Amino acid sequence: MDLSPIWLTLKLAAITTLILLLIGLPLAWWLSKKRSLVKTIIEAIITMPLVLPPSVLGFYLLLAFSPQHGLGHWLQQTFNVQFVFSFQGLVLASVIYSMPFMISPVKSAFQQLPVSLSQASYTLGKTQWETFRHVLLPNIKPSLLTAAVLTFAHTLGEFGVVLMIGGNIPGVTRVASIAVYDSVEQMNYTAANNYSLILFAITFVMVLSVFIYNKYQVKSPLE
Amino acid sequence: MIIVDIKKGLKAYNGLQVLQIKKKFIVGSITRITGPSGAGKTTFLKMVAGLITPDTGIIKTNNTAWFDASQQINLSPQQRHIGFVFQDYALFPNMTVKQHLEYATNDTQWINRLLTIGGLSDFTDHKPNHLSGGQQQRLAILRALAIKPKLLLMDEPFSALDLKMKSALIKDLQGLFAELGATTLIVSHNPQELDGISGDELEIGS
Repeated sequence: MDLSPIWLTLKLAAITTLILLLIGLPLAWWLSKKRSLVKTIIEAIITMPLVLPPSVLGFYLLLAFSPQHGLGHWLQQTFNVQFVFSFQGLVLASVIYSMPFMISPVKSAFQQLPVSLSQASYTLGKTQWETFRHVLLPNIKPSLLTAAVLTFAHTLGEFGVVLMIGGNIPGVTRVASIAVYDSVEQMNYTAANNYSLILFAITFVMVLSVFIYNKYQVKSPLE
Repeated sequence: MIIVDIKKGLKAYNGLQVLQIKKKFIVGSITRITGPSGAGKTTFLKMVAGLITPDTGIIKTNNTAWFDASQQINLSPQQRHIGFVFQDYALFPNMTVKQHLEYATNDTQWINRLLTIGGLSDFTDHKPNHLSGGQQQRLAILRALAIKPKLLLMDEPFSALDLKMKSALIKDLQGLFAELGATTLIVSHNPQELDGISGDELEIGS
């Protein structure tokens, strides 16, 4: 059995989760603060992948980053970077596709913290960054873990978006979900079953771990 | 002298209500703030602390403007160096009693003294969810005092304390306020609570 689709999937999910943690945390914090029209529009755009058919998103990404079109052409000419049918294309698509899974729970967690926690920290002379690092972030740890696991698990299961922008290149863009589809197409049910079982097991263990972790978290007295 | 002359429009269930406060506080004095629920007592404290911005007016302390709408001066809460005891305590669930105070100051001696005054020396490693309501409230008071503020704003600071603890704590705090030279504003619903320690009174929403 060729395990490269599994490793590629795990690598893609890990990189996507890491990038989304870096982008998503500050973005979710910013979105959780006072509402404005700009924030509402940005939030709607971030949420779009939840309701948009993955193939539609993949199609637009394919058009946008195709070397034959404006942005893709410019990226290739200027930086020699190609997103279509490449691993970096999969990462870009996954970051966009899984973004709501990171942003939404983290934003809700920030919003559920009493505003007086930040205010108390400010009156102690602490900056916004110190408050974020020492007060807010530690108190949303369970939600952060849930968001990271959901993002990772969601990336494991991506199909439409990655197929559209990455195709099915073994060792480069052929992730596990595509390998399952490909195996079924070739009537190789044993291979399809093996890939499916591994994906199922990984996802189940991850989701179960989060449930167990969150169950044993001591609740805040302020909840 | 702390001079407050501010105005703020507040949204109330019966329409827009204007909160207007004009008052001078003598440095080192203790003032009791009273008034019906929803009158704007907490909002007033937060405006003085810089957590809410008044619509118009001035807040001056020792001739330094903290807020002046006409000159667009509005110092941040960090710059005002105010001790604030929140009505909901606003304790950090991730920190122990000691970490709360260490977050505010590096002065170990001062921390130990505060812990003794607040009767929390035996609970230094406890997080807020392992403290009683009274202990949580005392921790909130100690944390506000940890920065050695010149102005202390307390929003219902003794509501969860039993009578014995309350009178002992108030007595100790009085000494601390005098030592720090702190001007203190205390919101209280209990008229007897501050008898003998507060010299002045501000009634909001009368």
